[in-house]
Amino acid sequence: MSEPIKLTTPLTEDQTRVLRAGDQIRISGVVYTARDAAHKRLVELLDQKQPLPFDMDGAIIYYVGPTPGAPDQVFGAAGPTTSYRMDAYAPRLIALGLRGMIGKGNRSPEVVDAMKQHGAVYFAATGGAGALLAKCIVKSETVAWDDLGAEALRRLEVVNFPVVVAIDAEGTSLYGNQAME
Amino acid sequence: MRELSVATIATHLEILINQASFNLGERELCALREAQARESSASGRAILSELLQNADIARLEGRPLCQDTGVALVFLDIGQDVHIVGGDLQPAIYRAVRNAYQDNYLRKSMVEHPLARKNTGDNNPPIIHIRIVPGEQVRMRFAAKGGGCENMSRIGMLTPSAGREGVMDFIVRTVCEAGGNPCPPVVVGVGLGGNFEKSAMLAKEALMRPLGDHAEREDDAEMERELLARINAEGHGPMGLGGTTTALAVHVISHPCHIASLPVAVNIDCHSHRHAEVIL
Ligand code: SF4
Repeated sequence: MSEPIKLTTPLTEDQTRVLRAGDQIRISGVVYTARDAAHKRLVELLDQKQPLPFDMDGAIIYYVGPTPGAPDQVFGAAGPTTSYRMDAYAPRLIALGLRGMIGKGNRSPEVVDAMKQHGAVYFAATGGAGALLAKCIVKSETVAWDDLGAEALRRLEVVNFPVVVAIDAEGTSLYGNQAME
Repeated sequence: MRELSVATIATHLEILINQASFNLGERELCALREAQARESSASGRAILSELLQNADIARLEGRPLCQDTGVALVFLDIGQDVHIVGGDLQPAIYRAVRNAYQDNYLRKSMVEHPLARKNTGDNNPPIIHIRIVPGEQVRMRFAAKGGGCENMSRIGMLTPSAGREGVMDFIVRTVCEAGGNPCPPVVVGVGLGGNFEKSAMLAKEALMRPLGDHAEREDDAEMERELLARINAEGHGPMGLGGTTTALAVHVISHPCHIASLPVAVNIDCHSHRHAEVIL
């Protein structure tokens, strides 16, 4: 495998369009956390034509519900949750400029179509590597919906967060690719 | 009649929850190491090595292995010569779950109603399975069961004509269609026979068997070997991103069933196969 590509947020369409499925990536900068309940609320805000709690343009959303940290930790464990549960909501966020999503598992054709159209990429992080991934998160603050507990919307600062491009902006996917290297 | 206090049971449950959440078992570690040595895909090997590193970090730094610290699953096999004293058993178990999830900074993942979806705040209630067995001991087992892999589980009410091939196809299809969602490499628990609910219970019980041990019946053990080979030949690999390690083990438990039925339940667990047990 070749050297990982380093990316710093926010991402531009020029940056994401050149990424290819299989590229190893290290992300630094800001990523936002949202999972099932937060996605539902984001889309409700859009339906009501209300402003969103953060700027979607160029953003990365990480599908994660971390464990609370011990006193000396930001979080204890913070690995990805399964992405398909966000498929119903993701296309609308991608249309607003969401450039990257981090999760695990395959996406729906509707999400992949939106990614192709708007130049977004889907990154996979290693599910169940929660302890390892939590070490790459240096700061967290709650942006909205503290009542959701583990599902609250948070702004994270990450350093060299390891992911792989699982589906690129051309729609090429590693899932179902059974070819062995 | 031997007396055993609910406080003793609760204290030990707290210890089991702590053990399972931070320490991957020796068999699981061995299975991951062996898989890493055999895995044909470079990216698959990289993922397996991340999982081994993750287990080290969890143990050494006191971080949960995975952020989904699960539904608390408690199995109690209570000897019929044991008298449980010192209060009611169920509230004691609930207290232990609350304390362990709070004190160890584990994630609280339970909602009080499937549709209203308000978090209960303390990971209660656990799911408790109690059996009465001979003897004067209590065997308590704990598992932290993640939601991602549980969601990929299935029951098929097949008909007898489906036969062994039909059963095997159903199991392989269930694991393969799950793709990367349940965090492969997975452990596959199969309950074969019984009826609708019994098959599901057997599949869960199969997951509790020490990793890689085979079924007692030789025909079931043979099916386990064939299923593992077939699943891994499909090429989904670690995290579904390609490779030869999609499952670490397949555990089958069979049971008599009705002349008209052929139930088969497939319960999937992820590589973060967290369980612990104690005999009291
Ligand atoms: S499937 Fe298992 S390893 Fe993956 S996120 Fe859920 S609990 Fe963790």
